[in-house]
Amino acid sequence: MSYLLKNATMPNGSKADLAIHDSHFVPESSLPKDHQVIDLAGKQVLPGLVDLHTHLREPGFEESETVATGSLSAVRGGFTAISAMANTAPVADTAGVVEQVYRLGQAAGLCDVFPIGAVTQGLNGQTLSEIGAMADSAARVRVFSDDGKCVFDPLIMRRALEYVKKFDGVIAQHAQEPTLTQDAQMNEGEISAQLGLKGWPAVAEEAIIARDVLLAEHTKSRLHICHLTTAGGVEIIRWAKARGIQVTAEVTPHHLLLTDDYAKNYDPIFKVNPPLRLESDVLALRAGLADGTIDIVATDHAPHSSESKDCEWSVASFGMVGLETALSIVIKTMVETGAMTYADVADRLSIAPARIARYENHGQPLEIGNVANLTVVDTASNWIVDRDLMSTRSKNTPFHGFELPGVVTHTFFNGKLVFGE
Amino acid sequence: MKHLLSINDLSRDEAILILDTAAELARISDGPMKKLPTLRGRTIVNLFAEDSTRTRISFEAAAKRLSADVINFSAKGSSLSKGESLKDTAQTLQAMGADAVVIRHPASGAPFRLADNQWMSGAVINAGDGTHEHPSQALLDAYTMRKHLGKGAKDLAGLRVAIVGDILHSRVARSNVLLLTKLGAHVTLVAPPTLLPFGVDSWPVTVSYDLDLVIPQVDAIMMLRIQQERMHEIFFPSAREYSRYFGLNRDRVNALNPNAIIMHPGPMNRGLEITADAADSARSVIVEQVSNGVSVRMAILYLLLGGAPIEGGIN
Repeated sequence: MSYLLKNATMPNGSKADLAIHDSHFVPESSLPKDHQVIDLAGKQVLPGLVDLHTHLREPGFEESETVATGSLSAVRGGFTAISAMANTAPVADTAGVVEQVYRLGQAAGLCDVFPIGAVTQGLNGQTLSEIGAMADSAARVRVFSDDGKCVFDPLIMRRALEYVKKFDGVIAQHAQEPTLTQDAQMNEGEISAQLGLKGWPAVAEEAIIARDVLLAEHTKSRLHICHLTTAGGVEIIRWAKARGIQVTAEVTPHHLLLTDDYAKNYDPIFKVNPPLRLESDVLALRAGLADGTIDIVATDHAPHSSESKDCEWSVASFGMVGLETALSIVIKTMVETGAMTYADVADRLSIAPARIARYENHGQPLEIGNVANLTVVDTASNWIVDRDLMSTRSKNTPFHGFELPGVVTHTFFNGKLVFGE
Repeated sequence: MKHLLSINDLSRDEAILILDTAAELARISDGPMKKLPTLRGRTIVNLFAEDSTRTRISFEAAAKRLSADVINFSAKGSSLSKGESLKDTAQTLQAMGADAVVIRHPASGAPFRLADNQWMSGAVINAGDGTHEHPSQALLDAYTMRKHLGKGAKDLAGLRVAIVGDILHSRVARSNVLLLTKLGAHVTLVAPPTLLPFGVDSWPVTVSYDLDLVIPQVDAIMMLRIQQERMHEIFFPSAREYSRYFGLNRDRVNALNPNAIIMHPGPMNRGLEITADAADSARSVIVEQVSNGVSVRMAILYLLLGGAPIEGGIN
């Protein structure tokens, strides 16, 4: 199928027509006669969004999500590439598992599914997994993470950082000092003290970030900090970048909007790892994202079955789904507040994550010759989040009932219209 | 007032109404007919997912003196990981027609989950949730203080109360801070810094690390239980060191004001946070707290379930 997208608003604000044929952007003159014309007057186009942090739950937890349902959720949210975290069962710590996930993504065919490999075997934090084999596999893994668990042992972290230099890989660290966060339930602050829920101090996150930027400096390797949540963490990243350390960082949409106030009714839909923090942290994260200290937004899409949230807070699972709300939350918190333009949105949600993970064909300019990965968003419209109408297999969105700006109307992946009409 | 989940659910006047009602019920209970017919035909479930003999018995005695039918549901460790979920339990109780559920649960906030969801429609009474709150304990403590030290006043205005020990993990302390300050008392928390909650400086209390400085200045001193498991979590170097700095012993009892009372929510670790001679001294009202607990819990059940007017008393 071929498309002519007319009157699109480009990331830089200019107006353009985009011709798509045979998976690429082409000159309008080379479109075949039977192409479909879509009028995008008033609509914003962005390079297809790229998520560096997605839990797809397959293999092992298919009742919560599969690669196929997660892919559908992704394209509804405007993503054309997602990154499957390694904490599946079995853990994605061998070439066999990452190739399985990669092929499931290919079979679903809605977007690229790039597996992330585990840093340590079984996420045990003790023995390096077969990182090289995963890098050389059909999945060509470049991002490694024990996400959900911190690579706590400094020697293991050092070795991992060194080892991935062989193929220009990156270690994505879940920064959480485990002994300071045993049984922790929410941000440690006045609200956790009042609610009697065990606190999760900011220092437990910041101490690991500080250690790891120094290790990245020493090893001259690439470090990526997952889901930054504290103002202090932003300061450390800012300092490290000023020193020339190769560190990048992500923030999730929920940490750009929600605070620990939401824990007050003990509804575990707001229970997430890392936890929701203070308003001062939210504002620091927004400022860091706007000035580029934080490189990208990543969803940390974490589907969970309803029974693991329909219970007491302390036994509930950590995590929130996020693929279908991410872009809207970024528009609400960053664009509508004047902190970022759509060119910045294109950078933080597509160009920068594709660059960090070395995903070819993603995050590229919407230019003739490039692969047509493209998201169209109606920025003038609002929508009301309804957990029962989402494509993800799980319903654990904290935004149910929220009215949010920005409706994704079309997603093109490799020149195919994978969402919208 | 549909539920009693937190002291925050109560206005000052509602708290005083509970204390007044408890006093009236205690007066009637002292008469020849201990039992009142007010909650006849109503079903109250004691859902205890955590060991607590004394609180369960206290609520059971309170419900029975009001002629309610009592079902004891001991669901220790009721959680997803250990079998039936709280939701399923709640729906079971709802199906059995419980008018009220008295819940004790190891998870902070579990009573809120019962009350907030569509799981059940009856009244929910928090009988202690994790390290969050224990409202009926605070009400019986306030009742006891008012009786001994109130000089006929309705509230506790001007009273000076010290709460000593593991504030961090204490639901009794949280509920008492909220209630006592609501009733006008001045509260001092005394503990090692490791056993004080983050941000305690924003609480409406005074904080001290020095029990000996606080002792002569209070009208009531409440000693909190030090749980055995805290020993292994390095909150303090040793039991002996804890006792030396934060235990109530004979010398400290002698340093108290002549009229000051000694309280403890129980169960006590004699020899750790309180010595036997302090616990058994003439100033101790610890045993009386237990009997006051029944009256206060009767008042809570009575007011929440809207029992018939008490003859010659409250209406």
